Amino acid sequence: MLEIKNLHVKLEDEDKQILKGVNLTVEPGKVHAIMGPNGSGKSTLSYVLSGRDGYEVTEGSATLEGADLLEMEPEERAAAGLFLAFQYPVEIPGVGNMTFLRTAVNAQRKARGQDELSAGEFLKVVREKAKTLKIDAEMLKRPVNVGFSGGEKKRNEILQMAMLEPKMCILDETDSGLDVDAMKLVADGVNALRDAGRSFLVITHYQRLLDHIKPDVVHIMADGRIIRTGGPELALEVEQNGYADILAEAQ
Amino acid sequence: MAAPQAKASARLDALQTGPGFGAARADALARLRAMGLPDRRDEYWRYTDPATLNVQAAPAAPVFDASDEAPLFDALDRVKLVFVDGVFDPAASDDPALAGVEILRLADAPDISWANGLYGTLETAGQTPVARPFAALNTAAATDGILIRATARAAKPVHLIYIHESETSDPILHHLVKVEPGAELTLLETGPAGARFNKVLEVDVATGGRFHHVQVQGRDHQRRAVTHLFTRVAEEALFKSFTLTANGVLTRNECVIDIAGDDAVAHVAGAALGDGATGAFHHDDTVFITHGAERGESRQVFKKVLKHGAVGTFQGKILVKPGAQKTDGYQISQSLLLDDDSQFLAKPELEIYADDVKCSHGSTTGALDETALFYLRSRGVPQEEAVALLVLSFLADAIAEIEDEDIQAEIVARLEAWLSRHRG
Ligand SMILES: Nc1ncnc2c1ncn2[C@@H]1O[C@H](COP(=O)(O)OP(=O)(O)O)[C@@H](O)[C@H]1O
Ligand SMILES: [Mg+2]
Repeated sequence: MLEIKNLHVKLEDEDKQILKGVNLTVEPGKVHAIMGPNGSGKSTLSYVLSGRDGYEVTEGSATLEGADLLEMEPEERAAAGLFLAFQYPVEIPGVGNMTFLRTAVNAQRKARGQDELSAGEFLKVVREKAKTLKIDAEMLKRPVNVGFSGGEKKRNEILQMAMLEPKMCILDETDSGLDVDAMKLVADGVNALRDAGRSFLVITHYQRLLDHIKPDVVHIMADGRIIRTGGPELALEVEQNGYADILAEAQ
Repeated sequence: MAAPQAKASARLDALQTGPGFGAARADALARLRAMGLPDRRDEYWRYTDPATLNVQAAPAAPVFDASDEAPLFDALDRVKLVFVDGVFDPAASDDPALAGVEILRLADAPDISWANGLYGTLETAGQTPVARPFAALNTAAATDGILIRATARAAKPVHLIYIHESETSDPILHHLVKVEPGAELTLLETGPAGARFNKVLEVDVATGGRFHHVQVQGRDHQRRAVTHLFTRVAEEALFKSFTLTANGVLTRNECVIDIAGDDAVAHVAGAALGDGATGAFHHDDTVFITHGAERGESRQVFKKVLKHGAVGTFQGKILVKPGAQKTDGYQISQSLLLDDDSQFLAKPELEIYADDVKCSHGSTTGALDETALFYLRSRGVPQEEAVALLVLSFLADAIAEIEDEDIQAEIVARLEAWLSRHRG
């Protein structure tokens, strides 16, 4: 599904290397988690994969089902099936949440040569999915993320993911700022989307989200590299001992 | 400086008064001669050079072919009144019969008391504290216009359509609207009108009356316009005006609002779109709102989208007179600069002589939000579509000032079409 090889990334405007050779392969239907201390480059990896400006790939490659992601525009990556749930979802005053969702869904359908959904069809699907995420009609009408609480923003990200039905979902710290109930809602939303053709890359600082979204593989990232890879037990090790031991061991 | 001044007075010397309203015309001419035409040294014209408005002959403006779009508001049931280069064209117009609404033509010089009592009155009042020479010129010299008196709720809008056919036309139109107590009227105005258009609209909204105004100034690149909207809003009356301006080498829209009765509401909004790559663009909104009564509400929402050297300006003032307690005055002027060479100049002003009021103003200039743009694109929305969505979201507060949903939808469609023609 997703294959990242020896990825080196620096800031475009600054001589600062952030990713220093990331290798990662996510197979179809699998859930991989990336954990790591703040500043280790997790968000940068998610941004580079989704095509945000400001970064320069100096070495390495990233492909989605064999297609070169790094050559594509962000919207092309989305149409190819990549989705990033943002660590900090963006507020867009003046654009209704519903308009935003419909524009996105139809743009992707168009890019894939499918017919646009009618307003009626769309509404039906959104309402259904919103309900399971406990997103009320009022939230759908409001401008995108404006005045949303932290938890509402994260749920809104999952709603977008559910509507867009991507193949490769990257969740960047989707658990941050959530209380236990909200985290459970989000995890249920994610779990509902799990199937054999869909993969997840769950970036998190803490182990607790992984109690709800069970990963197949856990990676530890530090200073722009993946320093250790293991099974779910690796997350528990971090939970119990923190990163210090793992970091020391990697030195 | 000598040459333009000489030309300016040439225009004044050659000025002839229009038909009817003899006394008001003579007064206006005298007023105009006393104040003279403006120049760049006038504080009120600091951002906009009036030179091409002062010269005797209108600078030529090629007629723009807008046939790629259906005529605006074509699907609406309305009374169409057509002017070609400033001359009313009865053959192209609808029969001006509308229940509860009296519609007359200015060029017929009808001698009726309500019009005699209104013509030039609001314009005259609007000359203090700031002189508006082009409005006085208009009152003196307007050759045509429409006089509308609504005595009930009009069943459909009145639509003034301004066709531009001659490259050098220099139309001067003066319209009167009187909304009687409890009556309601919607007035639509569309079209470039001429090479250089001078228009005055005087609107008197009586107690409990409601007036809605939507104006679209487009799309000729070389057209010039100087327009004035004077309104007096009586007790519990409502006035709402929205203007969309797309293209135009020079547009100056002045709006002078007198909140004269208690609990009156006046909203004025504008969206301007300029792309210097398809022709120079200079757009000026100048607003003066006087609160002279209690519990008045005024709202100014002006937005400009500028690129490739387009220039937008805004001067807006809220004056709250002594005793105008509980006034609620709001003003926002914003520009979205789509590149580095466009320019927005704003001068917001508040002058308040009452102690129990709520007034605010704000002005911003900014670029597109790159983060929001990436967010949209990461959801699969193509770059150009994402830009259009963000531009529309920037304009949303201004568009929201249009009450009628069908009219609002047409305006949004025109904005979208303009944006898709002006990509990159
Ligand atoms: N646009 C940027 N400008 C400056 N520094 C950045 C930028 N993006 C990332 N960094 C730096 O790169 C490092 C990794 O950041 P990030 O990817 O956000 O880490 P994580 O998500 O693992 O906390 C940090 O030192 C951060 O300060
Ligand atoms: Mg991060």
